[in-house]
Amino acid sequence: MNSVVSAPASVAMPQAEEVVRLTDVKRRFGATPALDGVSLTVRKGEILGIIGRSGAGKSTLIRCLNGLEQADSGEIHIEGRNITGLTEKDLQPLRRRIGMIFQHFNLLSAKTVEENVALPLKIEGLGKAERLKRAAELLDLVGLSDKAKAYPSSLSGGQKQRVGIARALAARPALLLSDEATSALDPETTRSILALLKDINQKLGLTILLITHEMEVVRSVADRVAVIDAGRIVEEGQVWSVFADPQAPITQRLLSGIRPQLPEHISARLSPVSGDEQILSIDMAGPAAQGALFADLSQVLPQSFRLVHGGIDHIQDQPVARFFIAVPARDASLPEKVQTFLKARGARVEVLGYDANHA
Amino acid sequence: MTPIMLELLVRSLWETILMTGASGIISLVAGLPLGLALVATARGGIAENPWLNSVLGAIVNGFRSVPFIILLVALIPVTRLIVGTALGTWAAIVPLAIAATPYYARIAEVSLREVDRGLIDAVRAMGGNRWTIIREVLVPEAMPGIVAGFTVTLVTLVGASAMAGAIGAGGLGDLAIRYGYQRFETTVMIAVVIVLIVLVCGIQWLGDRLVARLDHK
Repeated sequence: MNSVVSAPASVAMPQAEEVVRLTDVKRRFGATPALDGVSLTVRKGEILGIIGRSGAGKSTLIRCLNGLEQADSGEIHIEGRNITGLTEKDLQPLRRRIGMIFQHFNLLSAKTVEENVALPLKIEGLGKAERLKRAAELLDLVGLSDKAKAYPSSLSGGQKQRVGIARALAARPALLLSDEATSALDPETTRSILALLKDINQKLGLTILLITHEMEVVRSVADRVAVIDAGRIVEEGQVWSVFADPQAPITQRLLSGIRPQLPEHISARLSPVSGDEQILSIDMAGPAAQGALFADLSQVLPQSFRLVHGGIDHIQDQPVARFFIAVPARDASLPEKVQTFLKARGARVEVLGYDANHA
Repeated sequence: MTPIMLELLVRSLWETILMTGASGIISLVAGLPLGLALVATARGGIAENPWLNSVLGAIVNGFRSVPFIILLVALIPVTRLIVGTALGTWAAIVPLAIAATPYYARIAEVSLREVDRGLIDAVRAMGGNRWTIIREVLVPEAMPGIVAGFTVTLVTLVGASAMAGAIGAGGLGDLAIRYGYQRFETTVMIAVVIVLIVLVCGIQWLGDRLVARLDHK
């Protein structure tokens, strides 16, 4: 049975670097489509974050990748092998190449921590001594060596997920699936688990596909992000570029808690036609966001402009800036001049409206 | 109480323990797989098979709906076939086990069904097959409930074995009826009741202790 696991990569890979390739995958439950034609690739060594609201189809999608859920149509390739339509029996060796971690950890309560971690190896048919040796290595990796003999019920949520991660890595998978792995954890624990995932990704070169409803998760660990809505991928790209310039309305909504937004008391009183000041939003990212923007702007605009709100975030080491400024609007040519200047600098500028001067 | 009475009481206690223990073990060995089969073949189970599930369910319900005293008599041919006689302690074990097996299967079924589906998913995601799921997830995770249910079954069997006196099986129940009730030997009656209380409490205490040790939730 293990021969399938170690099958040479000669099984015609469409592209050597792809670990996962989905082509027009569909799945419906009754009348409602959970997946409505999803195409997607995950490249070796990258962390892909799939984000969407609850009910968007994320869970169905991730469960299709290891055959816990069957697709109705379309093709799913894992390491070049088409898994669609495989029987439960044929899926079993394949699943040993894919680790999975869960929102509620799913640790076996009747087994100790080390027995939980060693279980995938037991399934693989490894001897007890070897299993426990590997379990000890993994518990060391996740920083829980002292808990080997403990039962999961005595662990905190973060520790349980560390055990879940150790267990998922036990059989040296080519791909790690993370199904809302941090959603049941507090923010601090979430950060430490995400740091661990990033660390594993870099140390072991492990490919990770994670689904989440929290942008913060995508922001802190993912290389690329795919936004899923109503069973379709509506947006996909490098995390920093999607954060800098979200196209789909759903992406903008998902990002609203994490990107600077014009404070509500200001946005509520804006007039669409006239006022003392014109309020602009400025979006810049990458190299464009690195210049001496405001110093230069004050050269073009000797009359005082006001910084209303905003900031610079760094995502994947790329600056992503979003500012809201107020420009005096009495002289109609002035806002025009500002916009021309900013656009020349590679910024996206949007006029949000006019405000009475409250300065 | 006379020494003869005491000897009778000890012998009856032994007969009760023998009937309860033997039929209990049989019901565990047969009822647990039956409970597993009921859970596995149910809708969404690991070996979904609605047809088999309803057949098994009907058989279990059939046996459970017959009052024990009737089953005791109705099964006489079966008992004779298995034990060679329809009378005595060993003969009583057959109907007791046959009555207790579907009873225990239902209790085990409830515990097995309560095992979190997420755990089954986790083991499927590791590449485990159905046997792995049964061996590593369903049975160990449901073990506290399986043991607690077995305790309940044993206590029920202590009660049911009293009726086995009807086919000359002896036991504490028989002793209480023949001596305590029919011969107005109140002392015997009281003694039997006390022994039964101690026996049942002992079984329950052991069961609870075992459950506490097994339960890591």
